[in-house]
Amino acid sequence: MTAPSTNTAKPATGILALLKTAFINALVALVLFSLMVGIRTEAGSSGQLTYWTRFGELASLVAIVFGGSIVIELLRQWIGPTGAEKLVPPALQSGMSLIGRYLTPALLIFTLLVPVIFYDQRYILDLAILVLTYVMLGWGLNVVVGLAGLLDLGYVAFYAVGAYSYGLLATNFGWSFWICLPLAGILAAFWGVLLGFPVLRLRGDYLAIVTLAFGEIIRLVIINWQELTGGPNGVSGIPRPTFFGIPLDNSDEGFAARLGIEYSPTHRIVFLFYLILALALLTNWVTIRLRRLPIGRAWEALREDEVACRALGINTTTTKLTAFATGAMFGGFAGAFFATRQGFISPESFTFQESALVLAIVVLGGMGSQLGVALAALAMIGGFELFRGLETYRMLVFGMAMVLIMIWRPRGLIGHRAPTVFLTKAQAISSDLVKEGHG
Amino acid sequence: MDYFAQQLINGLVLGSIYGLIAIGYTMVYGIVGMINFAHGDIFMIGGFIALITFLILISLGLTAIPVILLVVLLVSMAITALYGWTIERIAYRPLRHSFRLAPMLSAIGMSFVLTNYSQVAQGARVKPIPPFITGGYTLHESPDGFVIQLSNIQIMVVITTIVLLVIFNWLVSRTRLGRDMRACEQDQTMAALLGVDVDRTISMTFVIGAALAAVAGLMYLLYYGLVDFFMGFVAGIKAFTAAVLGGIGSLPGAMLGGLAIGLIETFWSAYFSVEYKDVAAFSILIVVLIFMPTGLLGRPEVEKV
Repeated sequence: MTAPSTNTAKPATGILALLKTAFINALVALVLFSLMVGIRTEAGSSGQLTYWTRFGELASLVAIVFGGSIVIELLRQWIGPTGAEKLVPPALQSGMSLIGRYLTPALLIFTLLVPVIFYDQRYILDLAILVLTYVMLGWGLNVVVGLAGLLDLGYVAFYAVGAYSYGLLATNFGWSFWICLPLAGILAAFWGVLLGFPVLRLRGDYLAIVTLAFGEIIRLVIINWQELTGGPNGVSGIPRPTFFGIPLDNSDEGFAARLGIEYSPTHRIVFLFYLILALALLTNWVTIRLRRLPIGRAWEALREDEVACRALGINTTTTKLTAFATGAMFGGFAGAFFATRQGFISPESFTFQESALVLAIVVLGGMGSQLGVALAALAMIGGFELFRGLETYRMLVFGMAMVLIMIWRPRGLIGHRAPTVFLTKAQAISSDLVKEGHG
Repeated sequence: MDYFAQQLINGLVLGSIYGLIAIGYTMVYGIVGMINFAHGDIFMIGGFIALITFLILISLGLTAIPVILLVVLLVSMAITALYGWTIERIAYRPLRHSFRLAPMLSAIGMSFVLTNYSQVAQGARVKPIPPFITGGYTLHESPDGFVIQLSNIQIMVVITTIVLLVIFNWLVSRTRLGRDMRACEQDQTMAALLGVDVDRTISMTFVIGAALAAVAGLMYLLYYGLVDFFMGFVAGIKAFTAAVLGGIGSLPGAMLGGLAIGLIETFWSAYFSVEYKDVAAFSILIVVLIFMPTGLLGRPEVEKV
């Protein structure tokens, strides 16, 4: 937790005022942490609670807050008043736009070559597949949050619907991945419509809570409906994907045998990599195309001003519903991919944290910017990998990062997408034109 | 019938706890217009601080239960209130004039911070305490042997809730602070022009909400005899449901909604299935928002352009 001083309005001048602020912050920190950090409780073997003191940790935390608030205060005085728009020099601006123009193709080419470059490094390939899964989820949620401006906290529900659709259809009926993939998308979209139809009338934050509740309901039903879903034990033995019917295994009918090359388990990983890349690019392509259609324009208009939208005769309910269903469908695709990649799914993969992670990717990426979302997914999942050894601190840092990003750059770190079309200047309309009866 | 009466008592006690948390949601929503997503975790922190204070007091050799309870109540209210104040200061105040999703996302981040902070600080295991307040009354014994019981702890939870509500109601309707709060709820700019310190009033709102959540945390600890780091999430959503059901922004509504959610959850568990009690509570949230977006006692929201 950072020092409470982060937002004192009046800049402290002079060393005395600085020390005073830092001292107050340290005092607040001392009270806050006194019991929670200073005392550690644990249930003993007989169920009896015991406790021991940790005054060393407490003292160091308070010292960190004291030092931290001095540093932050000095930094603030050094940077100057915040809030003023910083002007970017034109030379830098043109350089940035040049980079911006070539960044996307360069990234795409690099991504295509990843399995070639890192063919022997299974770890990197696995990580790349994970990143691409989140890129896809981020792009899917971007339709809902970034384009239409609907805060969806239960996106993981559609991911779960997709994963369980494929898992259950494949294990119970033996249907192949390529039949189930569209089905998973359709089912997720269907659930999206089912949820969206009644609740999309609600205001932004009500909608957020309802979608959160929906995500939890889906998870709880999966846990408790044991006959169908296997409950907390999940669904195991989900078939691996096939290369359009040709299995990627060591059998005589397998992919390697038919091509006459030596079998390697990496083939499947590479195939999975290109599969998720294709799915993600499909998501991106559909989104970009949709944005140019009237429906996409309506989404953007809805994000900017819902009342104005309604005044212009746009049916907000259907507009929201299509955004919701489209986002849900991509979530369903990603879920089916997740199921086939893991071979095992359980409700634990579909918690609220997952929804928040995808949402954080979209927000960090700048709400609506496709490239921003992709880079944010890379940064987020990469950052999570850095904390692999420190599992318990991971979500703590994640939460802090979310708060800090909101304070620092609420419109996203990487990019921000303005509406595709907008009036650059207000048009003056003569009163003759708006006379009654002449419109 | 006896079974019903017993469930009624249990439901009212649970509902009192939800109601105390719901007041925090509804107050903040009324004044700042945001869902304080971290409020459920404030409740959890309150429970933890109560637990730790209990342990310290007992190891100091205190035996008088009323004294212990009073000290624990005051300490947990004070420290949790400071948590509420700090969170508002760090995570919400800089975003007051930001775009509308920003405070919500910041609140979600804060909720993660609090949950994982207590997991890191106090460990992931459930922390049980021995029952402090034992005994109770047998209200009625039916011939087939079913006994309706009213335990002392249940009486205490309900009485504390009522006392707090009376104090709180007095605070909002009769004091300077309460008047400032009501003024800020109606129009922050106008209130500021008339000399109300808006920042301070909003801070105090968070402080009061957190203190009430701390009481709820203490009640939960005494009633169920345990706390864990994850209990804030579900309790928070249910209390928010209660606030919405009662009509968000309405203080009596929050209490009424809390009681309703407590009763619904208890009866659902008693007559249908325990596994689906949370599903029932969440479904009610969705149903209420669809058919009664203003809740039981709420005012219809006027959309300003």
